[in-house]
Amino acid sequence: MKSFLGFLFGVFLCLILSLFAGESPTHVLMVLLKSAFGSKYDLGLTLFYTTSLIFTGLSVCIAFYAGMFNIGAEGQLIIATLATAAVGILFPNVPSSLAPLFGIGVAIITGGLWGFIPGILKAKRGSHEVIITMMMNFIAAGIASYYVVGALKSTTSQNPESEMVSPNYLFKSFDPISQFFQDSPANLSLLIAIFLAVALHFFLFRSIKGFEIRALGQNEEAASVAGISGVQLKTLCMTLAGAFAGLVATNEILGSAGKFQLGFSPEYGFIGIAVALMARNRPLRIIFTAFLFGALQKGASDLDLETNAITRDFAKILQAVIILSVISFALIPLNFEKVKKWIKKQA
Amino acid sequence: MDQETGLALSTLLISIARGAAPLLFAAMGGLLSERSGVIQIALEGMMLMGALFAAITSYFTGSPWLGFAAGSLAGLIMAGLKSFFVLKLRTDQIVTGTAINILAVGIAPFITKILFQSTGSTPNLPIEARFVYAPLVISFLLSGGLMYWFSQTRSSLWVQFAGEAPQALQASGISVGKVRLFSLLTCGLFAGMGGATLSLCLASAYSPNMTAGRGFMALAALIFGRWRPLPTFFACLLFALTDAIQIRLQGATTGIPVQFIQILPYLITIIALAGFFGRSQAPKGLGQHI
Repeated sequence: MKSFLGFLFGVFLCLILSLFAGESPTHVLMVLLKSAFGSKYDLGLTLFYTTSLIFTGLSVCIAFYAGMFNIGAEGQLIIATLATAAVGILFPNVPSSLAPLFGIGVAIITGGLWGFIPGILKAKRGSHEVIITMMMNFIAAGIASYYVVGALKSTTSQNPESEMVSPNYLFKSFDPISQFFQDSPANLSLLIAIFLAVALHFFLFRSIKGFEIRALGQNEEAASVAGISGVQLKTLCMTLAGAFAGLVATNEILGSAGKFQLGFSPEYGFIGIAVALMARNRPLRIIFTAFLFGALQKGASDLDLETNAITRDFAKILQAVIILSVISFALIPLNFEKVKKWIKKQA
Repeated sequence: MDQETGLALSTLLISIARGAAPLLFAAMGGLLSERSGVIQIALEGMMLMGALFAAITSYFTGSPWLGFAAGSLAGLIMAGLKSFFVLKLRTDQIVTGTAINILAVGIAPFITKILFQSTGSTPNLPIEARFVYAPLVISFLLSGGLMYWFSQTRSSLWVQFAGEAPQALQASGISVGKVRLFSLLTCGLFAGMGGATLSLCLASAYSPNMTAGRGFMALAALIFGRWRPLPTFFACLLFALTDAIQIRLQGATTGIPVQFIQILPYLITIIALAGFFGRSQAPKGLGQHI
């Protein structure tokens, strides 16, 4: 509830900011709303963004629980998407019943590896995970740009993108969501993302390992006295964080585009931070906050055309201001019971 | 030494100094902030704002010095914003820093679009609106000054105690909040200068994301340098050296793809932080609210 107030306050502030660019705030708001929900196609795109944001939100979330800050979801999802595309191009003969599963497996493993490295460095050597994951982001971007203009380069397209993966990898033939949202990139991955959020909820709150992770994140010393190994769990959580972010590849490669396009991600990894924060780290709430930020992202993409002075980068300002106002509102001692009582009294 | 190797050596030294200057500004600022107990993830955003406003001011006034001042002021304002959240509202320091970084990335194109109708860059600056070497000298003087201040003066102890034992400092009648505010604002000032160095001296305009992770590298340098000025100084020189090698290798035909060579500084940063040269001990009160 506080988070939602923080969200509204953040949006309000940003709309005021648009006055500086000489645009009317109501017009900007209408563009945002219309572009996010205006038609079935628009809604499909919003859900497409939502899917990736659920994955990165969960990625940031699981690391938070173990007391770490995963700023590296961006690199993890890029390397996983690249690997999935590479496998789809280089091994076209995998039987079509296995190919999508194989692709998902590759995404999980490469993303997981990209999380494992900062995880084990943090757990064993105490290296600051924020800097390591940031550097891993740059390295992932470098590797991706090398392969996309090099070995995997499309022979037909002028854009910096890879070849198409072999069609047996794609969800298309058995994908109810993409059949419903025709022409839009929304796909089966949405269900995978929602399932993952539910699974993570039960893992964290109904399993022993999950309890240990939460104990570790809240008080490392107390946890270690209780015999919980911080080294093992921190590594595990960062690896899981990487794997979750890596699943963006299912949304991007297996579900929709079918090829690796340079710059496909509007920094899902960083928006994931806002998604997880606003959900106060509850996996189930992440589904809804991801939808809100997906709508913002889609909404902002039309600002370029519909306004004179505001670009799609406005989404970045929105995200930052929303993060700041959400974390500030969380600290304000608002008592909703009192407010409710007061309203009752008046009535 | 014959003339040719002498020339090659001096170009290498100059390119190290050029690469080190922005890192030094940011790392020395970050050092001050972290020693006072405030985690400084937002160096990147402060540098970016510094670079942008330095380029804009220098473009309109034609004076690089005014640009330099505006850049450091922009860093200061970002730091002020951060200290409002971190010191006043007591929000999480890492998350707030990340939000400041995202904000900087978003604000830059917002402003260039209003001023120049471009989605990210400022127009090229004429040669007289740029620096040749002044910021490099300032960065080295500043590092020296900070080293002296940290080792020789009483006032620096306040900063160090605010990070190591905030309660003790508070008990002795000094406001930890004020010491941290001072450190954070000075950090912003320095980081802004680092950004200004990028757009006014190393390049000839502001271009999107021109900091390219230097804020994080500066942070890595100061952790690698164990939060002490002199080792941090050398860590910055080391990172600048890898960067200089990286640029040199790009020109040569080595058979190694350019993209992989560009990764080199980031890789070195990871190796440095992995503690293969000994672990570093952070200030005890780092990240604690008082």
